[in-house]
Amino acid sequence: MIVNEHCSIVSQREIAENIYELILHGELTSKMNEPGQFVHVKVASGYAPLLRRPLSIAHVNKENQEFTLIYRKDGRGTAILSSKKTSETVDILGPLGHGFPIEETKAGETAVLVGGGIGVPPLYELSKQLVKKGVNVKHVLGFQNHAAVFYEDKFKSFGSTYVTTVDGSHGTKGFVTDVMNELSFDTIYSCGPTAMLKAVEAGYATHKKVYVSLEERMGCGIGACFACVCHTADDPFGFSYKKVCTDGPVFKAGEVVL
Amino acid sequence: MNRLETQLPGLNLKNPVMPASGCFGFGREFGGLYNLNDLGAIMIKATTVEPRFGNPTPRVAETAAGMLNAIGLQNPGIDGVMNNELPWLEQFDVPIIANVAGSTEEDYVEVAKRISTAANVQALELNISCPNVKTGGIAFGTIPEVAKSLTKKVKEVSVVPVYVKLSPNVTNIVEMAKAVEDGGADGLTMINTLLGMRLDLKTAKPILANKTGGLSGPAIKPVAIRMIHDVSQQVNIPIIGMGGIESAEDVIEFFYAGASAIAVGTANFVDPFVCPKIIKDLPELLDQLGFDHISECTGRSWN
Repeated sequence: MIVNEHCSIVSQREIAENIYELILHGELTSKMNEPGQFVHVKVASGYAPLLRRPLSIAHVNKENQEFTLIYRKDGRGTAILSSKKTSETVDILGPLGHGFPIEETKAGETAVLVGGGIGVPPLYELSKQLVKKGVNVKHVLGFQNHAAVFYEDKFKSFGSTYVTTVDGSHGTKGFVTDVMNELSFDTIYSCGPTAMLKAVEAGYATHKKVYVSLEERMGCGIGACFACVCHTADDPFGFSYKKVCTDGPVFKAGEVVL
Repeated sequence: MNRLETQLPGLNLKNPVMPASGCFGFGREFGGLYNLNDLGAIMIKATTVEPRFGNPTPRVAETAAGMLNAIGLQNPGIDGVMNNELPWLEQFDVPIIANVAGSTEEDYVEVAKRISTAANVQALELNISCPNVKTGGIAFGTIPEVAKSLTKKVKEVSVVPVYVKLSPNVTNIVEMAKAVEDGGADGLTMINTLLGMRLDLKTAKPILANKTGGLSGPAIKPVAIRMIHDVSQQVNIPIIGMGGIESAEDVIEFFYAGASAIAVGTANFVDPFVCPKIIKDLPELLDQLGFDHISECTGRSWN
């Protein structure tokens, strides 16, 4: 059930360089069931900017009717959002899309959660829900550099956590796939830049349970405008397609062309 | 008295508010959000003979008070629309206006002939103005004689009234309108998007994979108002107006310009509940302005 609600800001703070954690209060929290779903955010009323911004849900607290968005201040829209203060409201449409299938990992099995940069946030709620059902979780989180790292301790509270940075200024120097090769697991859940998702998909092509969450420019976010379509892997040049906003953003690896 | 009831060729509408083609898919997504029976009509996504995937992504780019799109007429083709989409829409008591597109006259004729026979299709909207496909589309919408000839051929095969969707990307919009009226059009829908481009600051290249796209949203409303104002005084067929509408006030402005009904496009992407909101707001606005019926507003800017 998709709802449009003006949610009040509980708190907003910068948790890493240009990375903001925004906690909102709203009744639509009760509809947020799948980790990996997103909300479509109107950062300002009027026409500047006109369209909504899709942001993934990082954490859900149903008891307090609060949910957390973590985003990077990267353009005009997110700059406006980052300037909002406690007690102001934000126009939210959601929850949208299909999230990560937690049912694919049984209690006692091990899941590795692989995130890159601003793809890390939805993995936090996913990890929480997996741990709750008795799954062992491991996290491999990649960032550009030390200044961009966030939520490392929070992830550590759920399971072993490996951080990589491109420049080696924190954790292991290199990419997430370098660390993954050292680990054993039953399921891969992944969210991050397309290059990272491609590397994960290629590195684990024969692995049965690999899930990737995609990012794409969106218009409506509800499946009507056909802005965020991608080809399906079994028909890469044909007419069959998936919409990232409603069929995804999470797909099984090999389902769509990255 | 239903103050919003609107009669147009082939269309007996509860109200004159409908989602514009390409901004509402085939209704399924919005059907999960509100009762589609509330709408005056639905203009479904453009249908071509064969299925089309459309253009590569990125397909949308935001602009000041608007957006560019270059979807490229993605649709399941006439078979898919006839077998899956239109039957699904039959559960609603809403007239469907089928948007017909193609690359050749034969394409348009084939789609028009078949889709006009569907039980719930009560009018066609001839898409001679899509700026995002390599062949056809806009070519038919910029040369008066070509547009007239196409209108005539489609009129010969369609069993429902034919509205022609005009492109604003022309020097003389009145000339285009008169040409399709001569060709036998039962009505006009206007305007389609304005051709535009945006460049990326870092790469210096166009943001859209298609390079150019159609500009829509509040930014184009004054262009639409001007064109409807000019055309409505020169033709004897009704106009369904569109271009940046997002409120009941906008609707009345389009009626003043000369429209007899309106369509809402880009605003559906910003607020998916916008159409029922506008329909709900209209009676109170008519009260404020002192009108009994919305049809009294049509053409007041020049009449």
